[in-house]
Amino acid sequence: MAHEFPRPGGAGRSSRMVWLRYDSRARAIVYQVLLAAAVGLAFWFVIANTAENLAARGIASGFQFLFREAGFEISETTFLSYDAGSSYLRAIAVGVLNTFRVAAIGIVLATSLGTLIGLARLSHNWLLGTLAAAYVELIRNVPLLVQLFFWYVVVTEHFPAPADALNPLPGVFISNRGIVFPIPRSHFELDYPELTGFNFSGGGAFSPEFAALLLGLVTYTASFIAEIVRAGILAVDRGQFEAAQSLGLRPWLAMRFVILPQALRAIVPPLTSQYLNITKNSSLAVAIGYPDLVSICNTIINQTGQAIEGIAIIMLVYLTISLALSAFMNRYNRLTALKGGNP
Amino acid sequence: MKKRRMWTVGAVALALLGGDHAGAQSTLDAVRGKGYIQCGVNTGLAGFAQPDSNGEWRGIDVDLCRAVAAAVFGDASKVRYTPLTAQQRFTALQSGEVDILSRNTTWTISRDTTLGLNFVGVNYYDGQGFMVPKKRKVKSAKQLSGATICVQPGTTTELNLADYFRANKMKFKPVVIEKMEEVLNAYFAGRCDVYTTDVSGLIAARSSRAPKAEDHVILPEVISKEPLGPAVRHGDDRWFDIVKWSLFAMIEAEELELSSKNIDGKMNSDNPVIQRFVGAVGESGKMLGLDNRWAYKIIKQVGNYGESFQRNLAPLGLERGVNQLWNKGGLMYSPPIR
Repeated sequence: MAHEFPRPGGAGRSSRMVWLRYDSRARAIVYQVLLAAAVGLAFWFVIANTAENLAARGIASGFQFLFREAGFEISETTFLSYDAGSSYLRAIAVGVLNTFRVAAIGIVLATSLGTLIGLARLSHNWLLGTLAAAYVELIRNVPLLVQLFFWYVVVTEHFPAPADALNPLPGVFISNRGIVFPIPRSHFELDYPELTGFNFSGGGAFSPEFAALLLGLVTYTASFIAEIVRAGILAVDRGQFEAAQSLGLRPWLAMRFVILPQALRAIVPPLTSQYLNITKNSSLAVAIGYPDLVSICNTIINQTGQAIEGIAIIMLVYLTISLALSAFMNRYNRLTALKGGNP
Repeated sequence: MKKRRMWTVGAVALALLGGDHAGAQSTLDAVRGKGYIQCGVNTGLAGFAQPDSNGEWRGIDVDLCRAVAAAVFGDASKVRYTPLTAQQRFTALQSGEVDILSRNTTWTISRDTTLGLNFVGVNYYDGQGFMVPKKRKVKSAKQLSGATICVQPGTTTELNLADYFRANKMKFKPVVIEKMEEVLNAYFAGRCDVYTTDVSGLIAARSSRAPKAEDHVILPEVISKEPLGPAVRHGDDRWFDIVKWSLFAMIEAEELELSSKNIDGKMNSDNPVIQRFVGAVGESGKMLGLDNRWAYKIIKQVGNYGESFQRNLAPLGLERGVNQLWNKGGLMYSPPIR
């Protein structure tokens, strides 16, 4: 209660200013209100100014365009059917799912590869350890974009045309159009790919763009994950190894049941940022033509001229994916954290 | 590459978010103030805009920028070039990063209205075609069902392609890559069966980029109208007029048979049309807010439309075709300069 606050000088100048100056809580509230007002004003200024400039230049704005016909084709879709007659909104959904597809598969593969390499680097086998160290140092010190171009060139220029496709397994063909493989048509039959005209039809397929992007993301991110895993294991007290050994656990079992569960505490938080990186780095797809969210939004921005709306959609989608992923990993982190007692 | 593009778009968005400098001052005053014209051109398309071995930009789109500089400053060299990808071009113009967009850009109603642009005219009438490797033995675009097709994003090409295949009930797979160099690499490496863009672009790519030009054929079908022309921002009519009449002056000069070689000799011509053109009589310069010799300077320093075509496009094997003057069976026509 402000009135009960002891005032120096007693009555007379019962000024609010004095009260404000001496009550740290009241001061904090005033500062926060001022800050919020400043941020709000800045936002208002930016938005109003943008709207005014757009109107002055006769540039269309708003989100109505999302329901218009897109008119362009997309080379690969995940789960959703799409053709040139679909709406821009559906095209964006296709882009989001394509981003999901490469990010989800990438996260699983990069975690497996990264863990193996991290363990290999700790190995007492000199050759294995050196190879793992060389992998990490080589891959994480070359920009990802350069690696993507490298993989794309490998896939498109060094594999044969569809007519001369490599056929390592029955029904599996590798060519510069990607990898095609049989998929189950029903419980008893397989749908085999066949060369018809220009390309293979039937079966399942990975496009060269998808393959190059996935290879690039997985090898690159695995090099970081390897270091995270190695650091996490080294963070576990050496006494734990010895204790496990003295209990008669074989090295692999000791690793599986004693060391890794404890190492996870140190591993999970930095691992989360690597998962976020995979998702965000997948936007480099535009350079090699994989139709991810950014690539499709780029086309839409250019067809409609609505750059601000398009960029806002891209930002919103990545923000949502990243926050959801963080929330999930934070939950997982709580599960692996030390239980009981006060921190 | 993607990062750089994002930066460009980001910068452009910031420019739109920020001040309203482009509205405050007329483009002509701004251009005069800085002493040069900032011209948005292709990142490298032979015949339209491409730096030569000395780093000098050459091409029919570049000549348009030079013509405007000759008209405004009396010096065709007062141009700076901003190479733009298909995706960057409109935002670059909207935000005021460039004063003219002269980048083989198709004039369509949506671009002319919702993008806030004004197309000043057409400096090349084009149409979309298909290029395939000769060994494919394809004779017609109707045989392309199932093909994988390389295309650049954000172009009318991408839309025409989908329209054409839909109309003919055929299927295709697009491979969409932003940079022209990369999309051509993908086609020449065999990643795609077909490369599609404007026919002029196909011919230019075949003669300047193909490992062996004779291994590639351009199919007879032309599936769209692509009137390519320069554009300026909405809302500055004076600048719009200057760029528009700079283009018309080049076309009119060809019709009057005035060229960079002979225009000095025609200065004292008795023909009143020529007298008006070179600025000996009349006030065409004043009408535009320029020197009265503006058109003379364009022709003296840059040449007429025919000269520009011969210099830039003919060496690639492009015919005049519909880009011939109207009185020689083509579409090139300038309103009278009077």
